[in-house]
Amino acid sequence: MKIELQKQPTIKEFAITLLIKIAGYSAILFVGMIFLFLLLEGLPAVQQVSLESLLSNRWYPIEEYYGVLPLIGGSLLITFGATLIAVPFGIGTAVYLAEIAPRWLREVLKPLVEVLGGLPSVVLGFLGMLVLSPYLRELLDLPTGLSALTGAILLGGIAIPTVVSVAEDALDAVPKSYRDASLAMGATEWQTIWRVTLPAARSGVLTAIMLGIGRAIGETMTVMMVTGNAPILPRGLRDIISPVRTMTATIAAEMGEVANGSDHYHVLFLIGIILFLISLVVNVTASAVVFRQKEGQDRILS
Amino acid sequence: MKHSWWFVPVLLFFLLAQTGCASPSSQLSKGEDYLGTIENKGSDTIVNLALAWAEEYHQIHPEIRLSVTGGGSGTGIASLINGTVDIANASRRIKEEERESALANGSDPVEYVIARDAIAVIVHLDNPIDHLTLQQISDIYSGAITNWSEVGGEDRPIVRLSRETNSGTHVYFLEEVIRLGDKENDTLFSRDTLLLPSSEGIGAEIRQNPNAIGYDGLGYVTEEMKVIGVATATGMDFVFPSEQTVNSGEYPIARDLYMYTNGQPEGVIAEYLAWVLSPAAQEIVSELGFVPITQ
Repeated sequence: MKIELQKQPTIKEFAITLLIKIAGYSAILFVGMIFLFLLLEGLPAVQQVSLESLLSNRWYPIEEYYGVLPLIGGSLLITFGATLIAVPFGIGTAVYLAEIAPRWLREVLKPLVEVLGGLPSVVLGFLGMLVLSPYLRELLDLPTGLSALTGAILLGGIAIPTVVSVAEDALDAVPKSYRDASLAMGATEWQTIWRVTLPAARSGVLTAIMLGIGRAIGETMTVMMVTGNAPILPRGLRDIISPVRTMTATIAAEMGEVANGSDHYHVLFLIGIILFLISLVVNVTASAVVFRQKEGQDRILS
Repeated sequence: MKHSWWFVPVLLFFLLAQTGCASPSSQLSKGEDYLGTIENKGSDTIVNLALAWAEEYHQIHPEIRLSVTGGGSGTGIASLINGTVDIANASRRIKEEERESALANGSDPVEYVIARDAIAVIVHLDNPIDHLTLQQISDIYSGAITNWSEVGGEDRPIVRLSRETNSGTHVYFLEEVIRLGDKENDTLFSRDTLLLPSSEGIGAEIRQNPNAIGYDGLGYVTEEMKVIGVATATGMDFVFPSEQTVNSGEYPIARDLYMYTNGQPEGVIAEYLAWVLSPAAQEIVSELGFVPITQ
């Protein structure tokens, strides 16, 4: 009896530990397999299509112009614009929710922000196409409202809930004693937020920003509907008012009808690899920053 | 995404729901009396027409199931080659490469012209321009003309709208309008041409932007857009697209719409195609804004 009782939990425990371990490693396995698949499908593009063609600035695949630079430029421009919008609004909202808003208002606002995050992007795209883009065209006297700017504003909107949600949690996790100490030293509420709370929650806030950027760069439907999809290489920030074509929209629009195994097919996967690498860089930067700061904090504390 | 994608599942569901409802009333015991399913896939231009036909045909022959999906002309033909569909819809003729790869796969696509489609050139209602020559349209889309004042309009920049490159309409417009049907010509769409994923995207922009010019199948043109009269050359008459001008050959931007089968069709597929070409089915063609073929 006794032996059996002892034995059973050991087997169970072993099995459970193993299962959890497999679950943990499976994430790595899946990412690895996806990347391998992308490489297998995408790398032939480099052999079949000349580098010169890939690095040109014309994208017109049905006539074998495979310049990917306009697409990369388009994605980066829109993501940058979206970040400029999402960071101040997102962090501002998070600070308001965590530090200033009364309890009851916070209980109302936070779920609302989360609902905004759950809006299907095709719905936002529709709004952008029918409301925002005509409005921007008239307001700024542009040739067309289907531009990088419209895309950046909508993507900013899409990224804000992500930023708010993560940053608010980070601010919330700052011990109350920090604020009390600061206020007791005679600091104003604003000084406390700016000098004490925000720096203390720095790593969480940075993670929030990075997740927001990641959310923006991978978004497809909305940008496809509102950015005009013209593959023009942006030459600088002022091209934000001209139409652009992003990597995601290109893959989504063209993958459906591409002949399996053709040059075009491989180039689309190559774009997938580039997109994958960009989000990898964003994520690695985020965790590197967070990691370094954690080390720094530990040193201060110890 | 593409105009049709949104409601294809809805319509299909509707169609299937009808199948479910129709069976008991038509003295058919469910399941055993179905003679077969016809898989029909391809061009987004044709998908609405194909769905309307499928619904109508199902009324007459409840024992036949038709499943219609869009995805584009190339997708349809690729599926035909792979043997996953019985009939492929295409808004362009099958390409030589596609025919070769079909032959290599042991299938020999047979072509049917099932309707015709006029491509209307459209602008905002407030645009004073009401006719252009083919050459002018070509110059506008290739980027040689960039302001409406160059073709006698207001001093406004021209915003060019097009369907995405995977659309049969896009390819047709490139070959027959921008390149004026000249095979040697390698003019391309101007780089800043907006490539919109759907007919609705083009419609929305044309309705609200007085700078815009676009093109789309006549079936997608509504009252809120202005259709441009087109002349084949300077000094020629300007012709507006209609059933009459397309069939008489006066309107220059018109094309045939196709269905392809895998080899000579037999049985239910042959019967269906015969019905598609019948006057009853061709009536539906005009109802949807396409041009019926006159036999």
